[in-house]
Amino acid sequence: MIKFTNVTKSYPRSGAALDRVSFHVRKGEFVFLTGHSGAGKSTILRLVQMAESPTEGEVRVSGFSSRLMRPRDIPQLRRRLGVVFQEYRLLRDRTADENVAFALEVTGAKRQSISPRVGRLMAQVGLAHKARAYPEELSGGERQRVAVARALANDPLVLLADEPTGNLDGWAGEGIFKLFQDINAMGTSVVMATHDLDLVRRHPKYRVIELNQGAVVFDSAAEPRTSGSA
Amino acid sequence: MPYALREAFSAFRRAPLLTALSVVAIAFSLLVVGLFGLTAYNIHLAITGVEERVEVVAYLRDSASEAQVGIAREEIAAMPEVSELRYVSKTEALATAMRELSEFRDLFLDMEANPLPASIEVRLRPGSRDPTTVEALAATLAAYPFVEDVRFGQEWLERIFVLRRIAGGVALVIGGAFAAVAAIIIGSAVRVAVFARRDEISIMRLVGATDGFIRLPFLLEGLITGILGGAVAVGLTFLAYRIVSVALIEVAWIPVEWVLLGVLAGTALGFAASALAVRRHLRAV
Repeated sequence: MIKFTNVTKSYPRSGAALDRVSFHVRKGEFVFLTGHSGAGKSTILRLVQMAESPTEGEVRVSGFSSRLMRPRDIPQLRRRLGVVFQEYRLLRDRTADENVAFALEVTGAKRQSISPRVGRLMAQVGLAHKARAYPEELSGGERQRVAVARALANDPLVLLADEPTGNLDGWAGEGIFKLFQDINAMGTSVVMATHDLDLVRRHPKYRVIELNQGAVVFDSAAEPRTSGSA
Repeated sequence: MPYALREAFSAFRRAPLLTALSVVAIAFSLLVVGLFGLTAYNIHLAITGVEERVEVVAYLRDSASEAQVGIAREEIAAMPEVSELRYVSKTEALATAMRELSEFRDLFLDMEANPLPASIEVRLRPGSRDPTTVEALAATLAAYPFVEDVRFGQEWLERIFVLRRIAGGVALVIGGAFAAVAAIIIGSAVRVAVFARRDEISIMRLVGATDGFIRLPFLLEGLITGILGGAVAVGLTFLAYRIVSVALIEVAWIPVEWVLLGVLAGTALGFAASALAVRRHLRAV
């Protein structure tokens, strides 16, 4: 599903963001990506979306390889990924359901199929009653639910979440996490970057990949490594 | 398509001033071209009218024998560029002169000998009335030993052709400059539109919209701007035509194909300018 092989990513100015990172996320897996800010979590998520390409090594996502990727293939890859951000990234001039419908409209969904699909998605994230509300009329947790509904619009194989609970209080955050669990239970892989260690500890059955200064320092699916950042 | 069209129109609502500016810039660039078209078309009509009267006249020496002139007439009439040939004898020339210049009638009557030469008047076929052909024919006529002098409307013919060329050059330069300004303004309109929609564009990319889909609204915006600019240019050109017609001289309106060509040029200009700009600015989002 997602396979990183010796991936190094360095930027001309700030230097190495990832250092020989390798891991493999299988279909249906739930993975926490942890580490301090700047450890490389967001870089990994950007590489998965092929918004950037690795300096060295290879990223493979759902049959697409970073080595062979052509720019015009990127939209096809993105349609198989759902992405959720800490800051929601909803369009302010559209209602909740319009935000979700937008993802379908711009990827060429049939017009008549959009409305029922949006209705189902809003129900799935528990916001059917706020479908006509604008983002500013919604709480943080509700906004994130809309963002999740949008991420699910194209039936992704993987849900990528970058600190999805970072702006939410404990209760709302727990609600979003519960939503991710439900989504995962239906077969969608989830990769969630977070520095909320409490949350990670409360769910020990999920895989944890810990990053430090761009290197994988711990992967609960593999033998624990103690080599630290080389 | 409805999405792209909706977005294109919302860009007009978002930045009406810039849109208006783009339309006006395209309109001005095409107005220059339109005015040239109007001028060129009327010069063309005038030339065609005058050209029909293009005549090369060879004045004959009094010593020319009738046999010589007869052969020459046959030879000249057989030339491909000649449509009509008329021989004017000395007597006929005098009669015409006395009729047309009646104030000199007495003078002509007092003269012992007829001072006017016989002449051969040659008319040219349409398409053979340009300065080069006319000059060539004049040279051929002048080469006959019994031809004393050849006259044709050489100067004004050349002047009209030069005038047309100058008008074309001026229109090209000014029209080109306006077109460049139009392209720059359209470019900034696109930049503003891209900037205003940057959130949408990043979401579109995130969820997997294709580049073509993302670009389409901007291209449509340019296309619509171009059509409007072309239409305004036609309107302004028509206004100029009316003003000239009423206040100065009667002129003819340009053919409808030229009008369509003008609107098409505006459309192409708007489309090309936004295609270039969107390619550049989308990279920055």
